[in-house]
Order: sequence, then C-alpha cells, then structure tokens
Amino acid sequence: MKKLLIALAATTAMATAAQAEGELNIYNWVEYTSPEMIAKFEKETGIKVTIDTYDTNETLLAKLKAGGTGYDVVMPSQHFVEIMVKEGLLQDTGVGQMANYKNLDPRWQKPSWDPEAKYCAPWQWGTASVAYRKDLYGKELTSLKEFFEPDEAVKGKVQVFKSPDEVYNMANIYLGKPFCSEDAEDAKAVQALFEGQKPFVVTYNSENQNDNLANGTSIMANNWNGFSMRARMDSKTDIHYAYPKEGVVGWFDSACVPVGAKNAENAKKFLDFIMKPENIALQSNYARYSNAIAGSEAFMDKDLAEADELKVPESVPVKFGQACSPAAQKLIDRVWTKLLQ
Amino acid sequence: MLRSTTSNWFGVAPAWLVIGIFGLLPMFIMLAISFMVQDPYGGVEWGFSTEAYVQFLFERDLDDSLILNTIYVNIVARSIGLAAMTTILCLIIGLPVAYFIARQPEDKRNLYMLLITIPFWTNLLIRTYAWILILTRNGVVDARLQWFGFEPGTFDLLYTNTAIFIGLVYSYLPFMVLPLYASLEKMDFRLIEAASDLYASKWQAARHVIIPLARPGIVAGSLLVFIPSIGAFIAPELLGGGKRMMLGSLIYFQFATARNWPFGAAVSILLMAFVMIALLVYARAAKGQGLPAGGH
Repeated sequence: MKKLLIALAATTAMATAAQAEGELNIYNWVEYTSPEMIAKFEKETGIKVTIDTYDTNETLLAKLKAGGTGYDVVMPSQHFVEIMVKEGLLQDTGVGQMANYKNLDPRWQKPSWDPEAKYCAPWQWGTASVAYRKDLYGKELTSLKEFFEPDEAVKGKVQVFKSPDEVYNMANIYLGKPFCSEDAEDAKAVQALFEGQKPFVVTYNSENQNDNLANGTSIMANNWNGFSMRARMDSKTDIHYAYPKEGVVGWFDSACVPVGAKNAENAKKFLDFIMKPENIALQSNYARYSNAIAGSEAFMDKDLAEADELKVPESVPVKFGQACSPAAQKLIDRVWTKLLQ
Repeated sequence: MLRSTTSNWFGVAPAWLVIGIFGLLPMFIMLAISFMVQDPYGGVEWGFSTEAYVQFLFERDLDDSLILNTIYVNIVARSIGLAAMTTILCLIIGLPVAYFIARQPEDKRNLYMLLITIPFWTNLLIRTYAWILILTRNGVVDARLQWFGFEPGTFDLLYTNTAIFIGLVYSYLPFMVLPLYASLEKMDFRLIEAASDLYASKWQAARHVIIPLARPGIVAGSLLVFIPSIGAFIAPELLGGGKRMMLGSLIYFQFATARNWPFGAAVSILLMAFVMIALLVYARAAKGQGLPAGGH
C-alpha cells in the first residue's frame, strides 16, 4: 500500500513539476487537509492545489532526502522539523516576517524547533495523556502516579500505548528525566517503572482505547486529546481526558517549504494564508485538532471550541517529543522489548 | 536435442519469472538488508554488517564486550510453543471433523467443504475484529448473559491467552481440515468394519487404522497450521492484548518503531529458516512413505 502511494505520488509529482506558475503541491498526512480550506485558498489566490499523502514522518524524510519530489509544502512533526533543518532540507521562508505571523498565540511563536521563526507556519497540534472513566475510577486523575503506579482498584484495567513513542516520554516526565537520555541509569529507572506498571495493564494497544473505556474493559487508557474527545461524544459515558500536574506529551505539525520547491512563492502565500484565524479554523473543524492561531476559536464549531480535551490548563506543561540520537533510541527500544519479551 | 531443451526452458520461463519477481527477489532484498547498516531515521545505509545477527543473541556492554542476551530467544521460544499448541488443538478438532465429513454421502460432503471454506471469503483482520466483539466485556456473549441476570463482565475473555488460541485455531483450522479430508476421503471404510469384525474397539480402530491412513493429511495439515502460526501477528496483538511479543510483533516493532531495518530483516530471515527446517523435516518424513513431497 505504502509503495503504491509512493508510486502514485511520484507520478503526480512528475506530471505537475513541468508546469510552474499558478500551482501548489502539498504533501500532507492522510485525511489531514480540509477540502473546504483548500477551496477557499484556490478561490482567493487562483492557485491550483494538488495534495499527496504520507503516513509517517520517516516516509516524508526519506522522500525529501532522495530529492526531486516536486512538493512545495510538507507537514513534518516538531522533531522532524529539527532533523530536516539540520539536514538542510527546508528553506528559509522568513515566516516570522509574514503579515499574519502576529496572529500566533505568543506561546507558539518561535518554538524550540524553529527558534528564529525562519522556516515553518503552525498547522495543528495536540497532546497525548491518559483518558479515564471518572464514574468507575471514582475520582479525578490529577497525577501521572495514578497511571504508572496505580491503586489496586484498577488492577487489570489500565491500557497503555502499543509503542514506546509517547508513553516513554510520559514516564520521563513523571520521573523528572530528560527526553532522549543516553544514560543507561535513566533507562533503568524507566524500565523499573514500566515493569511495576505491567501487572496492572490489560493491554498494550493504541487502537481500541475508546471502545475499551466505553465498555469498561479498561478504566484508564493512554489516549490523544482529539481521539478522547471523540470517545466522549460517541459513547455518552463518563470519559475524561486527564491533564496530570506533571505534564503531558505534545506533538506539533508545521507547514514547511522544502529546498528546491518549484512554487516557493505560492508556498509562502499558503503559509501566510493558514495563519489567518478564519482559515485555520476550517482546518481544525475538519481534522478536529487544535491550532496555534489566537482568535480562531470564534470561527470553530461550537463543540470543538468548547471541548475540555483541547484546553491545556495553564499550570500543566506540554513537553514535545524530540528526535533522539541512535544511542538514546537504542535504550528506548531495549527497555520496551525487555518489557514485552 | 538442444532445440527441445531451449524450447522447454522458454516454456517454463513465465513461471520462473513470477517465482523470481514475487518470491525470490523480495527474499533476497530482505537478506541483503539484514546485512546492511542501520540508518538512525529508518531505512538502511550501504555497507556490510553482521550486527543484526549478533544482536539476536548478544548485547553489547558499555566496554563493547558481548553479553548473552535471552530476550529474543524467549520470544522465539514463545512463538514456537504457541504455534505447536495451535497445531495440536487444530489436529484434535480437525481430525473428527474431517472424518465426519468424509463419511457423508457425496452431495453432503461437497456442501460441508463449501462451508469450511466460507470464512476465507472475508478478510482475516475483519474476522478477528468480529472475535473482539464476541469475546469482550459487554460483547455479544456477555450482553446476552446479562439478560439472564449475570453480572457484566461474567464472560470476558478478551486480552487473555485463551483468546489468542481461539483466534489462531479459528483462523487456521480449515488448513488442517482440508488435507485431512483429502486423505480420509480416499480411505476404504470397509477397513474399519474389518477392524471391528476382528474385535477392535473404536479407539483401537482409530489408532491402528484411521490415524495411519490419515498420516499424510496429518503431516501436511500440521505444517500448514504450524507455519503461519509461528509468524502470527493479528491474533496475539488484537485478541491477546500485545502484552507479550511474538516473532511477528517483534519484526513489526523493528520496522515501525525501533527503525532498525537490518534487525527486523534478520529476524524475518531466521523465521524463514524455521519454516525451511519444518519443510525439510516433512520432506524427510515423506520420503519412502509415498506422501506428496512438498508443493501445496
């Protein structure tokens, strides 16, 4: 399937690269681009937009490294922005000087992965934490301790993500360890925490958390905020998304322009376009994730604008995943394989 | 003479082409990747390395010395055990089923065979999701039990070992029944009558008449169940809850999360080696017994 997508993407890229003016080729995650917003962009600018999709950051990186993609806008997550800048794959767009940059929530201006606001405009962001059945749990979940070192009451009722990507960082947040540590002692501490949690775990699974919470198979489960919101709306059970005091893990996708983009000027127009509240609100309504533009709430669907899942309390830090060194990644893999051996 | 050899060769060329492109080429790509160097962001870099195979048995200490590491051996042992258990369960269920069908009149036999193959009309993943709905708390069975006043969660088998075996046996049982039926169908049932005429009990007749005659089917069926079970991925993950890795999930993890393609490829090659060994054992057993050697 992936190969097929790549092949399709390659042919489209070749077909469109020949004609320059008036076009924009966007390469984005699957089902992650609002058709309504694109239609508005096309109408306002007269630029014809083509969209191709990928399913992992790694795929995107591999394509950009291979070169000659014909893409003008790509949407990497924060840690891959860092890698791509380091590898010289993204071009300086001067996004910080664009007319609409001032609309960014101050919290998201000059983020750590683009500290001089040279490359990317914000697209969507969200958090990973724990969703729980408040009625069955009987109280509010306020600390990661309740997830990693749970009470006997939830024995066999805790669901954990299937891959270490986010939950390993949650453990780091809880233990006060840095992300991507290359220190074996840090890895041992995380290992011990996971081993202690395992007897309470019903399943390591990143897919069925909403169903399992709804039918009571699990009482607390790793979840993403947008997905948890869907569970609450669909199931009509007492599912809450916790913002534990220690912090939550965040992800942040941005719109960036690769080096060698044929339609770089159009790409810049697009970056400026999505920093306007009424435009990015269309995107949020479609994908149901938060954006970083102040004032966009006014244009968002009411249920989305008011959802607790999307509101991070001021006191709760959001810590974004980083691109780990091979040595650090190896420690993470080893801890996880040992846990499930 | 020469001419006929060439034309023969051209005659089978399409078959070789298909085998080469869809069978051998991917295997050689796998083999090549397993000896390459890991690219930290996924993919491989050119260069030769046996690190992936070393990693299977050893881990490197801080001073780069090798320490024996049993993590992966544990996973292999669990996968083999699971596959063996699945094979035995399929055999225990499959043999009476195949015998029953073989003894039916011809039109009924065809109907039963059709019924056995019906599950293949739907994708395995979808059927496994259906099992989630059956086995889960408040699922199809549990909800019915609640009508009769049972507590919610009385029937809750999801994320247990039992669920894994239900899923695996359900998935692979037809592979056992079909070859068993093929060998039992040809059986002369007068032999059983003869056995009972000679005062053999039913059990003795089964042991000394039916099972030896069904042997080719037993061996073929066991292989057909064992081989896919050892790399099984869907049932252990979806029904078992993924609390323990199997070979299939280990390979997936290496490609999807650990970004260690060479090691993932090396584990796949080792898995393939197990399958080859199983086939060789079969070929040896088949020799001199008149069993169909290979080629299912």
